[in-house]
Amino acid sequence: MDPERLLHSGIVDGRLVLSAGGSWTAIRARELELLVDGLGGKASDAASLSLDMRGVDAFDTFGAWLAERIVRDWRARGREAQIVGLAERYRSLLQDVQRTNIKAEEGAAKENWLVSVPERIGRSVVALGRDFVPFLDMLGAVVAAAGRTLLRPRLLRMTSLVHHLDRVGWQAVPIVLLITFLIGGIIAQQGIFHFRKFGADVYVVDMVGILVLREIGVLIVAIMVAGRSGSSYTAELGSMKMREEIDALRTMGRDPVEVLILPRVIALVVALPILTFLGSMAALYGGGLVAWAYGGMSPDIFIARLKEAISLTHFSVGMIKAPFMALVIGIVACSEGLRVKGSAESLGLQTTTSVVKSIFLVIVLDGVFAMFFAAIDM
Amino acid sequence: MDGVPETIIRVRDLVVGFGGRPVLDGLSLDVRRGEILGLVGGSGSGKSVLLRTVIGLIPKRQGAIEVLGVDPDHAGEEARRAIERRWGILFQHGALFSSLTARENVEFPMREYLDVSDRLRSEVATAKLEMVGLTPADGDKLPSQLSGGMTKRVALARALALDPEIVFLDEPTSGLDPISAGDFDVLIRTLQQTLGLTVFMITHDLDSLHAISNRVAVLAEGKVVAIGPVATMAASEHPWVKTYFRGKRARLREERLAQPVS
Repeated sequence: MDPERLLHSGIVDGRLVLSAGGSWTAIRARELELLVDGLGGKASDAASLSLDMRGVDAFDTFGAWLAERIVRDWRARGREAQIVGLAERYRSLLQDVQRTNIKAEEGAAKENWLVSVPERIGRSVVALGRDFVPFLDMLGAVVAAAGRTLLRPRLLRMTSLVHHLDRVGWQAVPIVLLITFLIGGIIAQQGIFHFRKFGADVYVVDMVGILVLREIGVLIVAIMVAGRSGSSYTAELGSMKMREEIDALRTMGRDPVEVLILPRVIALVVALPILTFLGSMAALYGGGLVAWAYGGMSPDIFIARLKEAISLTHFSVGMIKAPFMALVIGIVACSEGLRVKGSAESLGLQTTTSVVKSIFLVIVLDGVFAMFFAAIDM
Repeated sequence: MDGVPETIIRVRDLVVGFGGRPVLDGLSLDVRRGEILGLVGGSGSGKSVLLRTVIGLIPKRQGAIEVLGVDPDHAGEEARRAIERRWGILFQHGALFSSLTARENVEFPMREYLDVSDRLRSEVATAKLEMVGLTPADGDKLPSQLSGGMTKRVALARALALDPEIVFLDEPTSGLDPISAGDFDVLIRTLQQTLGLTVFMITHDLDSLHAISNRVAVLAEGKVVAIGPVATMAASEHPWVKTYFRGKRARLREERLAQPVS
């Protein structure tokens, strides 16, 4: 369409007369806006403006707002402006738009990065510290609920517990076995490859045995469980919170910690040591297989060497850690789940936070245990 | 308007079903330009299915649908997009994008379909929000910070973002208190007159049917069993229509209206 038709300007007796025509609608909005904003420079000495919209044959909110913008710009400069000749059927729309009072977007106050960066760091540190409170809160609530359940075992939700055991324990077995088997194999391969250089191949068995039983087995399994089951706990509880199920439970006199969280946490605490045991065995198996296929060490020698290299202590060091890691994962997952607010975005955010936080805490815990066991000579 | 009003949505012998028995079975319906058509029917009678089929979210088994003179099934991608640009939909629960603020929600369709400057888009979005009765400050809120009534208003502003010719409203007043629902009815009526909209509205609310609809279509057994101005509905002999428009709740409503204001 010819831009002249959309908006034509001329000066009559010192008045700026604009004649608008054609379709003043969303589709033409870009052209129109250029024309409208181009008016500013024109005829700046004109005392008043009249916008004749007789020729307009299609009109919508965009057109109405642009017409209104001409008028407001003009009036803002202390001059008169009016719209004439608009078809009757469009008038109410124009009136509606005129009633809207849009203040110019105030640009956000410029931040000084010298101030804002330390401020953000400070806020994050404080938030990090505060993050610990809900964790302790949940830990306390779970311990209290566990105590009540011990006194009255009938309170324990058996169905729920079994259901969650099945989900986080039984159904996790194949993937845990597969991953730990591969990790065991990789450790053995790396050990053989590097130890061979100084003829110490045989110590690969010591390395695989001790590493897997003390650290790798439980750590890998805990990290996998945090990613697999921790995230699903957070998402489940979060969506229950969003749909007000948790509130409903509370109003019926049931404690959500007792009904929802305790069975989940117990299931994890029971399942993780079992998975750790299975995972460690799979890793040793993988290591043995690689030692045989890649290192040429027969299974008999591997097993005989393993018997000498490891003791029950190594095994129990790994197993002792498992339930504590499960507790941390469960508590973090559940407390993050209950922190979900109304939106889907918040659910995603808390699920991510839950996984990141529980993996971080699992590793920290592992470090603390390492110091502890070193101190008591285990 | 010239004598016979133009038909803007034409549905003929529509059959829609999931698995076994069809939900809609040979349904025909015309919506005229510029009217407010209220669609009522029992729960599970297929009101939402009809709406979702017309806007192309559910595939049909048989029949023909024509919106603004185009059959979306047989139109190309371009023509389909052109049609989609000319309608707006208010979903039952608002369906606002939860990661965007109210204003960004209203701007979203503009961003997708129109080539306008950021400034104009934001100004028009704010104008739309004010037209549905919100303040510019509300525009910066996230959907999770809005009340039920405000969510519906923002959703309406988003449905109207592109100045559509047709708006589909899925239970616009459900979940609102009677006063807000009344306000919302008035708002729809005003906007319909100002913007010259055609409104296709699913509702259960007898008050809003009486207050704003030009015609009512009743859906039962997969068909439209009665259609006409709400005043003529009481004359229908169809049992569901009879119960709905002459049932206890309808009578209570009559009595309430008949009572002198004390």
